[in-house]
Amino acid sequence: MRIPSRLSHSFVNSTNPSRIIHNTRFLKAYSTHPPQARLNKKIDYASTAILCHSKSSALQNPEFSPGIQNGTTKRMNLFQSINDALSLALSIDETTLVFGEDVGFGGVFRCTGGLAELYGSERVFNTPLCEQGIIGFAIGAAAEGMKAVAEIQFADYVYPAFDQLVNEAAKWRYRDGDHGRGLGGLTVRMPCGAVGHGALYHSQSPESLFTHIPGLRVIMPRSPIQAKGLLLSAIQSPDPCIFMEPKALYRAAVEDVPVGAYTLPLSVAEIVKPGEDLTLISYGNPMYTCSAALEAAERDLGISIELIDLRTVYPWDKETVLKSVRKTGRCVVVHESMINAGIGAEVAASIQEDKETFLKMEAPVSRVAGWSIHMPLVYEKFNVPDVARVYDAIKKSIEY
Amino acid sequence: MNSQRIGGCLLRVSRRGMKSASVMRSRPNGGWTGRCHSTMGPSQKPGAAGVRFPGAVDSKFTSSLSFEHPSAYTAIPTYRAMSPEGEILDPSVVLPSDDAALEMYLNMIGVSIMDVIMVEAQRQGRLSFYMPSQGEEGTCVGTAAALEKDDVIFSQYREAGVFMQRGYTLEDFMNQLFANRKDKGRGRSMPVHYGSKELNIHTISSPLATQIPHAAGAAYALKMQRLSNPSLPPRVVACYFGEGAASEGDFHGALNIAATRSCPVIFICRNNGYAISTPTLEQYRGDGIASRGTGYGIDTIRVDGNDIWAVLEVTKRARELALKDGGRPVLIEAMSYRISHHSTSDDSFAYRARIEVEDWKRRDNPITRLRKYLEKRGVWDEAKEIEARTNIKKGVLKALSEAEKEKKPPIKAMFEDVYEEMTPELRCQMEDLRRVMEEYPAEYDVGEFEGGSASLR
Repeated sequence: MRIPSRLSHSFVNSTNPSRIIHNTRFLKAYSTHPPQARLNKKIDYASTAILCHSKSSALQNPEFSPGIQNGTTKRMNLFQSINDALSLALSIDETTLVFGEDVGFGGVFRCTGGLAELYGSERVFNTPLCEQGIIGFAIGAAAEGMKAVAEIQFADYVYPAFDQLVNEAAKWRYRDGDHGRGLGGLTVRMPCGAVGHGALYHSQSPESLFTHIPGLRVIMPRSPIQAKGLLLSAIQSPDPCIFMEPKALYRAAVEDVPVGAYTLPLSVAEIVKPGEDLTLISYGNPMYTCSAALEAAERDLGISIELIDLRTVYPWDKETVLKSVRKTGRCVVVHESMINAGIGAEVAASIQEDKETFLKMEAPVSRVAGWSIHMPLVYEKFNVPDVARVYDAIKKSIEY
Repeated sequence: MNSQRIGGCLLRVSRRGMKSASVMRSRPNGGWTGRCHSTMGPSQKPGAAGVRFPGAVDSKFTSSLSFEHPSAYTAIPTYRAMSPEGEILDPSVVLPSDDAALEMYLNMIGVSIMDVIMVEAQRQGRLSFYMPSQGEEGTCVGTAAALEKDDVIFSQYREAGVFMQRGYTLEDFMNQLFANRKDKGRGRSMPVHYGSKELNIHTISSPLATQIPHAAGAAYALKMQRLSNPSLPPRVVACYFGEGAASEGDFHGALNIAATRSCPVIFICRNNGYAISTPTLEQYRGDGIASRGTGYGIDTIRVDGNDIWAVLEVTKRARELALKDGGRPVLIEAMSYRISHHSTSDDSFAYRARIEVEDWKRRDNPITRLRKYLEKRGVWDEAKEIEARTNIKKGVLKALSEAEKEKKPPIKAMFEDVYEEMTPELRCQMEDLRRVMEEYPAEYDVGEFEGGSASLR
């Protein structure tokens, strides 16, 4: 696709060290950390606490059915787990269709690899290059009973389809009233987020634009296990879903993923790590930054932090968040998309608005997010929330 | 699979070198390379006259430099089956029985009588809005009569004739227009935004042209459902829109994807000369909407929208064509004239001459043309006309006054159906509204709503 398809291979490969080593200019320009850094070190996905590095940890999740808990796992990165979920969806329900730009040959991020061969080019196919056409077509197919899983190649290019999503998909059930025709069959997948060198149009996270739209469910997974379970839930959901995939994790995040079909609940947050002194809230890729900042802060400050992953950013799990904040009295919200009118604004407002929670607060809610700018190429590392900024927010909140 | 995309594959392979080679190796069976080559065919022989640029495989070389100008092509003709005097011009046209013809005629005058009454009711402030369809009754009733009941319909908003021909009752119209408790849309949409699950018509939305790609996707769904279950009846999707809406990007996206995915869909453009105040000369410079169809590789026809038999015949043939060889889209451009104002919020004499409108009303009109035909057949006369008009008028007025008297839906309905299940957030907001209403009862008129503020519990 235009520039994107050619760039995308370097995107996904940029997390592969063997490709980076012989290009030191690339190294300096785009990634890594200062040599003396204590906080802003490269995220070590191989050891991070928030990925499941063993079969037993992967299967422990009480959200899984006994069949999955007693089953087996397979090492997968995020694009493979999405591919696995799509393959399962296609095999479980023959009304499932998977389509978008360049989806037929496997997708520019390999998420649909092998699916056209397995399920046929009538069910997994390329569309013309037209986002409003893709989403309009998906809506029509879903309206007639199909499970339409449409791909927008980059979240940055969803805007031509904004009218279709906002005025049509989101309002379909509401305006149909007693006729009861909904668009549950509609799922829109889109790679999102910063990736080191995506600049203005290969980095965006427009989730908050969709969280302002009643009728849509907006989901962003942080890991391969989540991606698979949440995507299968989104496809089965009776409501239209926007499924945003942090592209930086496509190859970077690898974990043991349960084999077989399982779902994870939508609009339910996950307490990733319990704690007593501060609630740290995020979703998607910044969960790794939060995890690293949390470890440093707990060690340095002798505190215990509760880490919450929203998973679904709208309609979001307010109850879990409020309950946690009532306990800790402190809250830091972290997201990659810009701060103004972002998810953090809604979380912070909800906390101060809730009478019970307001009285328990020991410090102002703090937001760590992208600045209110467009994603600039060479300044990306100063824009995306890093470990130091999250650490600083935790520290300031504790010291308040 | 179309050649343009294959061409894209090849270009990318050569540009990417090793990186793409590894991508290709990872594919099972190396199917990608094989498919590209098989669709492309062998490279051309030296000196061959035909070219195989992947983007236009049938194009021949020429050494004469000349731009294609639209004026080099004659305008697409407008098909007519019946003269303005009601005489059959195309002997091959299959005419319906007199009973069916009478039913269509009654539906056309039914819409036109309802229009006059509802415009007047809106002027009296009895309903908030209305859109008449005077001049386009033939296009709507004629196309709808050619479709099967199971065919799925997407409409724009000026298709009351489609609804009436398909069985939408006067009560259905009035309940929606008055947004009362019997309105299946639960009082949420503006008047004229009809819909019916029973009649396989999707609910109308105001944004123009958005329904056109929906029709393509729905048609693909019908095609896939029949592929997996051949015992299902063959079905098509029909999609209505005006010539103004055809300027939207969604029109382009829809026709292109319908063609590339071979969708059994009939696109029906009502070209009535105006989009609110904008005449077609400011809407496009090509040969109407029909000339665009072939550019997308779509079978296309232009028809006289004031000639119901032409419209009926064309739609029947389009339906057969749409189902042929696994499915394909068809485009019909039905020419007519918007005799009425755009809506009750519009005074069209601000941008067009009254005489022009009067001329169209008198000179050519789908209703009078069919009436002449029926009179020639000896099944209609002035007495029957007066009787039918009186009965319809009575029926409309009765449905109107009954719908007007009905209560509005419960207030709770405003919070429902946003999602399949009401979210906790919406429950809290509903409770908030109830509390305020009960604390400040003088500030809210809830009496006309079924159940009052108690429905919010």
